[in-house]
Amino acid sequence: MQTVIDVQNLSYSFGSGTLMQPVLKEITISIQQGEIVLITGPSGSGKTTFLTIIGGLRQAFTGSVVVLGQQFIQSSEQTRVKVRQQIGFIFQQHNLLKSLTALENVSMALEMNNQLSEQQRQERAIAMLAAVGLSDRIHYRPEQLSGGQRQRVSISRALVGQPKIILADEPTASLDKQSSYEAVSILKKLAKESRTTRYY
Amino acid sequence: MWRPIQFKRSELMQPLDNPAVADVFPLYLGLAPFKNIETQVKRTLMVYGVNPDSSSFRIEAINNNREQLELKDTVLFDEYSRPEFGPIGKLIAANQNLTGINDYKVSIIGLFRMGVSFAADGNVVTSDLNFMRIFPKRNLDNIDVGIIKLNPRSSQSHVKGELEKLLNESINIFTYQELLRFERNYWANMAPIGFIFGFGTIMGWVVGLVIVYQILFTDITNHRNEFATLKAMGYSHDYFIRVVFASALLLAIFGFIPGLILSLSLYHLAETQIFMPMPMTAAKAITVLMLILSMCFIAELIAIRKLKDANPADMF
Repeated sequence: MQTVIDVQNLSYSFGSGTLMQPVLKEITISIQQGEIVLITGPSGSGKTTFLTIIGGLRQAFTGSVVVLGQQFIQSSEQTRVKVRQQIGFIFQQHNLLKSLTALENVSMALEMNNQLSEQQRQERAIAMLAAVGLSDRIHYRPEQLSGGQRQRVSISRALVGQPKIILADEPTASLDKQSSYEAVSILKKLAKESRTTRYY
Repeated sequence: MWRPIQFKRSELMQPLDNPAVADVFPLYLGLAPFKNIETQVKRTLMVYGVNPDSSSFRIEAINNNREQLELKDTVLFDEYSRPEFGPIGKLIAANQNLTGINDYKVSIIGLFRMGVSFAADGNVVTSDLNFMRIFPKRNLDNIDVGIIKLNPRSSQSHVKGELEKLLNESINIFTYQELLRFERNYWANMAPIGFIFGFGTIMGWVVGLVIVYQILFTDITNHRNEFATLKAMGYSHDYFIRVVFASALLLAIFGFIPGLILSLSLYHLAETQIFMPMPMTAAKAITVLMLILSMCFIAELIAIRKLKDANPADMF
């Protein structure tokens, strides 16, 4: 199995000087391709901070964070942007672009892939939306969709680019019980169909 | 016309020795109050004094009336002068053509078309002798402008070079096109009115810059979460710069089109109100477009800094 995330002695603090607040202390973890990892803990324990660091969204300076073969410590923004293009993010809030339809939102995740034609991008986005049961809602804008449907669009957007890693931060937190069940079911189904590493 | 300094008529005669020079014509200029025949209200206009035997002007109406201009106390009136001088055409037809210029009685014998300028609200043309009667303190030896007519196929630049050596250094020698450029430059850069227009242009540019910056800044702020989401997805900062630049470009183009239409209407309105030709030339429109583009581009450069606040880590 290939190691996709390798974290060694990672420490991270907010603030500086006397106001410094340590959040992560000497974290070491190694995650293999295809592995599903769940991390739990009380609020403020640093789950989200850890996720943003391994997602290349936050710069850390102590320890070692190697994601998809790229060292993130002291790395350039350009390096982290390239790695981020291979990661699918599912946010707590859907964070869909309000002015775009479900199809356009999902297609946006493929815009950076120059190897795909516009038609191929459209076809992939439609297929992904169909996989999450939204084939009849592809031209709907976010405000025309329910919370659960929006999160399914968000999941489609995260998965359509066939990322090597999926990072999801409490993806069902803003959903009701039924919608949460649907979202988790979809993620499970898609997990079986691919060997993407998932970190919740 | 800009404010010329008088020089000796004898200076103008010197170029006649040059074989390339066909003829020379003195031109006398003076601002004087003109009495409105109906209201008796006086208003200043420009008086041109020419030798009626010469063809100093390319205006047909003046050349056709040269014989009548030789008569004592006769003038031709510019019908494109401001209306405050009175309905001169109708008054001539009604044989009410006597008025006063500089408190000297003259009769208006006809009309010609020239147009007002920043220097004068109206114009009359008269003979050089009548000019001296209107301006008793002036004399024929001191002229304002000398017109030099060259023989066909003469080189303007060559003759100009020779005349510059020949004539007094204080005398400026221009070709017709150079005179037009000098005139434009004077009003644009040296006269107070030019400064006011220039200052207005700069202020317009600065105000436009602030407005465009505010629009872009608000737009970026309103879409901060969307920018941050796209950043998290792997879109580079360069992509967002292109997006904001495209917004600035669209603002420039879609602002320019209605602005051009509005300006054309305002130019037309200004022409009808101040009786000055104000053409909206392609060069003028393109210059304004370039200024707008530069304004939007700089506003974009300032507003783009706000994009750095769109931290994708805040999305979690």
